[in-house]
Amino acid sequence: MKYLPLVWAALWRRRPRTIFTMLSITVAFLLYALLSGVNAAFNAGVEIAGADRLVATGRYSLTQVLPFGHLQQVRSLAGVHSVAGQSWFGGYYQKESNFFPQFPTEIEPYLAMYPEIVLPADQKEAILNTRTGAIIAKTLADRFGFKVGDRIPIIAGIWPLADGSNNWEFDLVGIFDTKNPKERSLYEMMLFRHDYFDEARQFGKGTIGWMVVKVDDPAQNEVIVDQIDALFANSPNETRTQTEKAFNQSFIKQMGDIGLIMSSIIGAVFFTLLFLTGNTMMQSVRERVPELAVLKTLGYSDRAVLALVLAESLALCLLAALAGIGLAALLLPGIAAKLPGFSGLSLSPATVLGAMGLAVLLALIVGLPPALRAMRLQIVDALAAH
Amino acid sequence: MSETTVSLKGITKSYTRGKQSVEVLQSLDLDIAKGDFLALMGPSGSGKTTLLNLIGGLDTPSSGELRVGDARLDQMSAGQLTKWRANHVGFVFQFYNLLPVLNAERNVELPLLLTSLSATERMRRVHIALGVVGLADRAKHKPGELSGGQAQRVAIARALVADPTLLVCDEPTGDLDRKTADEILGLLQILNREHGKTIVMVTHDPKAAEFATHTLHLDKGRLVEQATLA
Repeated sequence: MKYLPLVWAALWRRRPRTIFTMLSITVAFLLYALLSGVNAAFNAGVEIAGADRLVATGRYSLTQVLPFGHLQQVRSLAGVHSVAGQSWFGGYYQKESNFFPQFPTEIEPYLAMYPEIVLPADQKEAILNTRTGAIIAKTLADRFGFKVGDRIPIIAGIWPLADGSNNWEFDLVGIFDTKNPKERSLYEMMLFRHDYFDEARQFGKGTIGWMVVKVDDPAQNEVIVDQIDALFANSPNETRTQTEKAFNQSFIKQMGDIGLIMSSIIGAVFFTLLFLTGNTMMQSVRERVPELAVLKTLGYSDRAVLALVLAESLALCLLAALAGIGLAALLLPGIAAKLPGFSGLSLSPATVLGAMGLAVLLALIVGLPPALRAMRLQIVDALAAH
Repeated sequence: MSETTVSLKGITKSYTRGKQSVEVLQSLDLDIAKGDFLALMGPSGSGKTTLLNLIGGLDTPSSGELRVGDARLDQMSAGQLTKWRANHVGFVFQFYNLLPVLNAERNVELPLLLTSLSATERMRRVHIALGVVGLADRAKHKPGELSGGQAQRVAIARALVADPTLLVCDEPTGDLDRKTADEILGLLQILNREHGKTIVMVTHDPKAAEFATHTLHLDKGRLVEQATLA
C-alpha cells in the first residue's frame, strides 16, 4: 500500500494517454460484459430444459408444418404421458418494436407439461372456457400495462384472419409467472388457444408448428424419439424429434453459434487491445528510464522495479475493467427491459470474475515486457544516456 | 577502520567498446577518511564519474579491493549492492533526477519506502530533511514548480532522509547559476561539518572544489594530484 502513491502518480504521468487507453479498455470490458450476458440469456433455456420433454418438428425445418393428426398418433405411443401442439404466431402489439413471442397451443396439456409456469386456478379455468382468451407472462403484462379483462390487439406477422385482416384480438384472462423468478425471461410469451387460431386463420388449417411431448420416463427418451420419427417415416410429413434441450440448442444455432460469434468479437477486441495497451506501457517505461534508474540508485531492487511497473499495468487494466463492468451493470437493466426474452439479462458473478481474470491476464501480458526491461536496466548506462 | 572510510587498493575499471577494451581507471589507490569532503576533479573522460559510481556502489571494479566502512563492495553481488546503497549512501545528481510526478515530500520519501517505518514516521523524517535544506514550506510542490536550486535542495533532502553516512554528488551545481551553486555548496559544507557526512563530489568547477576539504585530480584514469584545502 505504501507504494500506491508512486504507482498512481506514474499511471497518470501522461494524463490524456492514460485516459484514452483506459477508455479503450473500459469499452472492451463493457462489450465483454454485455455479450456474456446475451450469451448466458441465449443459453439459459438450454440449461433448464425439462429432461422429460421432447420436441418433434418437421424433419427438414422448424418452419415445416405438421398435420394436427400427428398429435393423436403420438399420444397413442406407450411411454408418452401427454402431447401438446404448438405454433409460432409471430405478431406484435401496436408496433414492431413491441414484439414478443406468441404461441397458439393446446392450453391444458401444455400447462400440465410445464409445472414451472404458475397460473391461478380461476385464470386457468377462464382460458379453458374462453375461446378468444389468452394468458401472458407477468413481465410482459408489467411492461405493457396489461391487466386481466383487457382486450389485446395483436398484428399478425404470418397468419392473417380469414377475412384477410392482420388485426387479431384476444381477451386477456390470465397472467402467469414462474416458480423461479430467475426463469421469468424464458417464459416471456403469450399463449392462446389453438382451436381459436386454427378456426380464425386464413390458411394452414389443420396444422401445427411442432409437438411438445412429455414422456413417462426420461430414461426412455431415445426409444420414444425413435418411435415418433418412425411413426411418420416415409410420409409427406416426416418428423425430427429431439429432447427439449437439444431442440433449444439447435434453435439457438439457427441464429448462428452465438458462443463462437461472441468469443470471436471479444477475441478480436482484446487482441487489438493488447497492442494498444502494450504500446502505452512500453512508451510509459521508455520515457521513464532515468527515473527508474534513480529508483534503482536509491536502493530499489530489480524485483521491486519489476513489481512497480507490473502494479501500474494492473492498476490501469483493473480500473478500466471495473469501469466497463460497472457501466454494463448500469446499462443491462435498461437493455433487458427493451428486449423481450432477455429480461433475465444481468451481470453474473462468473462474468465479473471472468472479467477480472481477463484484466489481470491483459495486465500481465502488456506489463511484463516493459517491466522486464525496467528490471534489467543498468543504472550506470541509463544515467549516462540521459 | 571507521565505518565510512573509503579505501581503494589497486582499483582498475575497464569497459569493452566493440572489440576494444578501454581502461578507465588504472591501479588506483585512495583512502577517504570519515567526515571528509572530497572534490574529484579532472577533464572529461578522466574517470571521475566512474570512480564516483564505484564508491557509491553503482558499479563494480574490474579488479582491486574496494572497501566502504566494513563492506567489501568489490565482492558484493548486484542484489547486495542494492541493499547496501539503500542503507549507506545518498546520491545527488547534476540534473536533480527527481520524479516529476511526485511532489517534494513524496520524492524525499522514496528511500524510506524501502524501510519498515510507519507512514507517520516516514513523514516526520521527510519534514526534518526538508527543514534541513530549508524547504519545509515547499513540501507539496512538484519539481516543475521549483527553481533549479530548490529542486537540488529537494534532491539533497532525498539523499539525506535515510541518514546515510556517505553522500555521493555528481556535478551537483553543474546546472545552477553561481549564486545558487554557492548556496548548494554551502549546504553540503554544513552537512559535512555539522552533520558529519562524508561527501565525495565530482566537479569541473574550481570554485565548487573550494568548498571541499580535499581535492583530488584525475587524468586518464590515474590520480595525478591531491590537495588539502581546509
